[in-house]
Amino acid sequence: MASELRFTLNGAPVSADGADPNTTLLGWLRARGLTGSKEGCAEGECGACAVLFVREGPDGQTRYTPVNGCLVLLGACAGQEVLTVEGLADGELHPVQRAMVELGGSQCGYCTPGFVVSLFAEYYRRGRAEEGFDLESIAGNLCRCTGYRPIRDAGRGLPMVDDADPRRARLGAPAPAVEAFTLEGATEGGRRFFRPATLAEATAIYARHPDARLVCGGTDLVVEINQRLSRFETILSLEGVAELRAFDDAEDALTIGAAVPLSEIEERLDGALPILEELLPLFSSRLIRNRATLGGNLATASPIGDSPPVLLALDAEVIAVSAEGERSIPIDALFTGYRQTSLRPGELIARVRIPKPFPTVGRFFKVSKRVHDDISCVAAGFALSIEDGVVQRARLAYGGVAATPARAKAAEAALEGKPWSRAAVDEAKAQLAGAFTPMTDQRGSAAYRAAMVPSLLEKLWAETEAR
Amino acid sequence: MSVGKAIPHESAEGHVTGGALYTDDLVTRYPGCLHAWPVQVLHARATVDAMRVEPALAVPGVVTVLTAADVIGENNTGVARRDEVLFDTEVHYWGQAVAWVLGETEEAAKMGALAVELDVTPGDAILGIEAAIAAESFHTEPGQIARGDVAAAMKAAPRTLSGELFVGGQEHFYLETHAAIASVDEAGSVLVQSSTQHPTETQEIVARVLARPKNQVVVQSLRMGGAFGGKEVQANPIAAVAALGCVKTSRPVRVRLDRARDFAISGKRHPFLGRYEIGFDDTGRVLAFDLELWSDGGYSLDLSAPVFHRALFHADNAYHLRDVRVRGRVCKTNACSHTAFRGFGGPQGMVMIEDALDAVARALRVPPHVVRARNFYQPGDTTHYEQEVSQADRITRIWDDLKRSSEFDARWAEVARFNEAHPNEKRGLAITPVKFGISFTAKHFNQAGALVLVYKDGSVQVNHGGTEMGQGLHTKMQQVAAQALGVPLERVRVMPTRTDKVPNTSATAASSGSDLNGAAIQAACETIAERLREVAGRMLAIDPGELEIADGVVARADGQGEALPFAEVVERAYLDRVQLSATGFYRTPRIHFDEAAGRGRPFHYFAYGAAACEVEVDRFTGMYAIRRVDILHDVGDSLSPLVDLGQVEGGFMQGVGWLTQEELWWAPDGRLGTVNASTYKLPTVGELPEELHVRLLPKATEPGVVYGSKAVGEPPFMLAISVREALRQAVSAFGEAPSSVPLASPATAEQVFWAIERVTGAEERRAAE
Repeated sequence: MASELRFTLNGAPVSADGADPNTTLLGWLRARGLTGSKEGCAEGECGACAVLFVREGPDGQTRYTPVNGCLVLLGACAGQEVLTVEGLADGELHPVQRAMVELGGSQCGYCTPGFVVSLFAEYYRRGRAEEGFDLESIAGNLCRCTGYRPIRDAGRGLPMVDDADPRRARLGAPAPAVEAFTLEGATEGGRRFFRPATLAEATAIYARHPDARLVCGGTDLVVEINQRLSRFETILSLEGVAELRAFDDAEDALTIGAAVPLSEIEERLDGALPILEELLPLFSSRLIRNRATLGGNLATASPIGDSPPVLLALDAEVIAVSAEGERSIPIDALFTGYRQTSLRPGELIARVRIPKPFPTVGRFFKVSKRVHDDISCVAAGFALSIEDGVVQRARLAYGGVAATPARAKAAEAALEGKPWSRAAVDEAKAQLAGAFTPMTDQRGSAAYRAAMVPSLLEKLWAETEAR
Repeated sequence: MSVGKAIPHESAEGHVTGGALYTDDLVTRYPGCLHAWPVQVLHARATVDAMRVEPALAVPGVVTVLTAADVIGENNTGVARRDEVLFDTEVHYWGQAVAWVLGETEEAAKMGALAVELDVTPGDAILGIEAAIAAESFHTEPGQIARGDVAAAMKAAPRTLSGELFVGGQEHFYLETHAAIASVDEAGSVLVQSSTQHPTETQEIVARVLARPKNQVVVQSLRMGGAFGGKEVQANPIAAVAALGCVKTSRPVRVRLDRARDFAISGKRHPFLGRYEIGFDDTGRVLAFDLELWSDGGYSLDLSAPVFHRALFHADNAYHLRDVRVRGRVCKTNACSHTAFRGFGGPQGMVMIEDALDAVARALRVPPHVVRARNFYQPGDTTHYEQEVSQADRITRIWDDLKRSSEFDARWAEVARFNEAHPNEKRGLAITPVKFGISFTAKHFNQAGALVLVYKDGSVQVNHGGTEMGQGLHTKMQQVAAQALGVPLERVRVMPTRTDKVPNTSATAASSGSDLNGAAIQAACETIAERLREVAGRMLAIDPGELEIADGVVARADGQGEALPFAEVVERAYLDRVQLSATGFYRTPRIHFDEAAGRGRPFHYFAYGAAACEVEVDRFTGMYAIRRVDILHDVGDSLSPLVDLGQVEGGFMQGVGWLTQEELWWAPDGRLGTVNASTYKLPTVGELPEELHVRLLPKATEPGVVYGSKAVGEPPFMLAISVREALRQAVSAFGEAPSSVPLASPATAEQVFWAIERVTGAEERRAAE
């Protein structure tokens, strides 16, 4: 029975042998008496539980990657190197800790370990020297006391990394790889956690365990564990599958592996696709994007997921794979109902293919109570291919206005073949009236959502016209 | 000088290293500790007909299920009134806990709680203020404060207008959720580690449910990960469950709510409904103000009565209202029991008059800040409850200074130019004042005790009744003690708050923590310092009256002659059998209030401030950004400037959350739909304005308060009203000088969008379609 779960914690080897695969890293840390990491929400929204993984970045370099410990399954730590707030001071306070103390960055102190962890990762980020402090680095940490000003000042005032810094030295050596790993828990019933390293293994395991729940970053599934108290018998992690982590910017298409963390997509895009780059900073927070993936965002098929409207606007294709082989699903055919997809049993999302040429106009609008780290009330992905002033192809895709993310096809048709003009926008708006029947919930009323559908098109018009 | 020095929070190094411990962090220090999880009923109103715990007991690791049968003493934790049954068969709000499962692990307790079977009969729930008014469901009789003849003044006023405003509640969202660990010591007495703002009351409630005298219960509040009023009374039932579980099982018991359960079970800031009529002249001078308020108290009374009263007290904000009537009642509804929250009703009262003054200004086509300034209190004026407004000149002094420093007038013109040029984005600029009364309105709470211990090496322990929740109270108390004893800061250690050190304490609330406890500590320290001067006088053979203790040295005040190290004098005092510990006590002088008459002097003094805010609003979505905020706030002579700055900024941002994006959304069945951070949105760093200029009012000594300081916890919260008023100003710019700009609260993007639709007439067009 594979029950050995070993990893490195604050520089020392630890074992969590026989743990239930539904255990989170945060729960395990706190039960061990490592109580510096706090549970503020248990759904990845407050960052009080932030911890660091030593990981290889898309640039091939080792880096400190901050993540929400409440959403990391213990199995994901196997073979990894983890740092918690307790492991950051080295005899004396770390410069990040010093800055937080001196500027009054802590009041009650409960969120502080999470901020320190986020700032620590930012401190060592290559590129900070040229780009300056990235406010996004702390946008996934909630503080209820300070109002953030001293924390922002602490981040902005951080010194550059000293050459002799031992934490920097660690980044000169390779990070641990995400290797194949199997955990069969010691709990009654023997719950299982599989983390295969190849796609063939992954599909084979999935064929053997069709009831397995797939996980990659865990930013959705572990919320279910924490909040709905769901417990899964078999968990299949796709995090280690090399084929799913590919990123290919080819002549005919941009292809993104289903298991590439969103932060990595942001970094790799490098100006290639503005609409996607407009989306990503608004997609939850850095702590989440360091774990969350496109595959997960599509497979959960939430009507308020942020990537579907953009991928719908871009006519993306989803490549699904199973033990039987591969097939392509036009993204428009992926969502079949509320949190339902056309994926077959045993099938998983391997990658997303975005065909080229990209549209000439692409915009993502997100309507939410808060700009950063919020879930959409309504989101829209708009893509127009305009040649000589005439709309050749129009895609108007919305989230939050129906049971699934959806395109407004009649309105698209009203735009296509027409000059991009006031008159065409008015015709499209006429088609949008009543196109969707949204509902009322805590994020917004049905009336507001319905009003946003034409209003966001109007916003697109105002902003493109102004240019 | 220790007092007045800008120093970091006394636990800051513990905060940043993860070494600072909170109640729930102590679990692993209690071997064999059991974990509790609530059995909740998912109806807003119901009766539990039967409960079967056997399936839970069959879950591996479940030890027992706590029910009403396990309550030794009284099965009621109500404080203001005996209206909170701890284990109830009547369900009063969605998510109410009716039993608690104890397990060897948290996992076992959770699974056990899911396994408990309940037969319930749902009932008809009263949801919201309007429903309560219709059903005549109230916690309190009508209350009122009035002056003059409001009806006659209204009739005589050249102009009148009326308005209605509902302001939503607010979740405290202290980062540390409710927690308690109870254990029994070798003498059989119960020790409860509790995340409570009011250890004495927690002790009282634990003693009540256990049917023990209070001397058999000790409560310690180590430090809290935020509280904001949410742990003033609502920590009590959590501690009571832990204590009952502990006594039943003879094992330590930990109760800790996760966020979703904390959200569902614990009360929030009171939602308020206000309806007003205001009479004024053509210059905007208010001649009559008639306000009726209703608050949603939730299912039990809790602190709703004093919260409501504070709303009545603050319906004037900084404005002189000659003929005025403010009145209303607390509604009883099927919601969690709404409770104290920073401001304690003050914000809800103040937002009403600010809403009304904006309406007056728009009706007269006069800038709102002009109307506001026209109505300020002047020296000698009295409030509607006829307390003289002390230091009323500070209102104008702060206002003028802030207008200058924020370049308000120039920016007013600049904003107008921007709005002229931008059809789809509009900016708004507003400035609003704050006047906030300091003292508990319950007179007996205005007392505090301290116990100061000086050890033979000259090191000092300070015990006081106040609790540390992040507000920096212990930091200030360390500074006060160091100052009063004349020793360096690092010689003073402030101890965790315990009921066996200082008895019969008040809640750390009403912004009064440092005023009350600081004065008590100062008194204790001065007693000891006096004794030490006498000892030193004997050692130096000079008159003790000529001696001063400062920075750890005892010497003549004029610096002449020999100086003795503090520790040496202490050592001598010990050998001379001089007592090196002392208690201190303080009661706020000259406060009184006659509730029936609505007259008195409920407040020791007032705290003042003002904020100027600029926002930019997007026409298509109603989404907006705060561009710049300038604040000038009066903290007296600051005891601890870094701490006070943090209170001002943090209070402001928390107020911004309340008035903008923190929307509590209840589903039609009474379920709270916003029960965690994914659905309830507090400000992030993204909402922090890029430009934030905060200053503390200089030369602001407050006579009669410890070292000339002023309370700071709550007043800055209401500076955020400037954001709501700036939003209304921006919204108005989308219309053609609209004669009113109704804006719902919180002003979410959706509500701002609807406000724009109203001023542009789009709403009417939409309705016509």
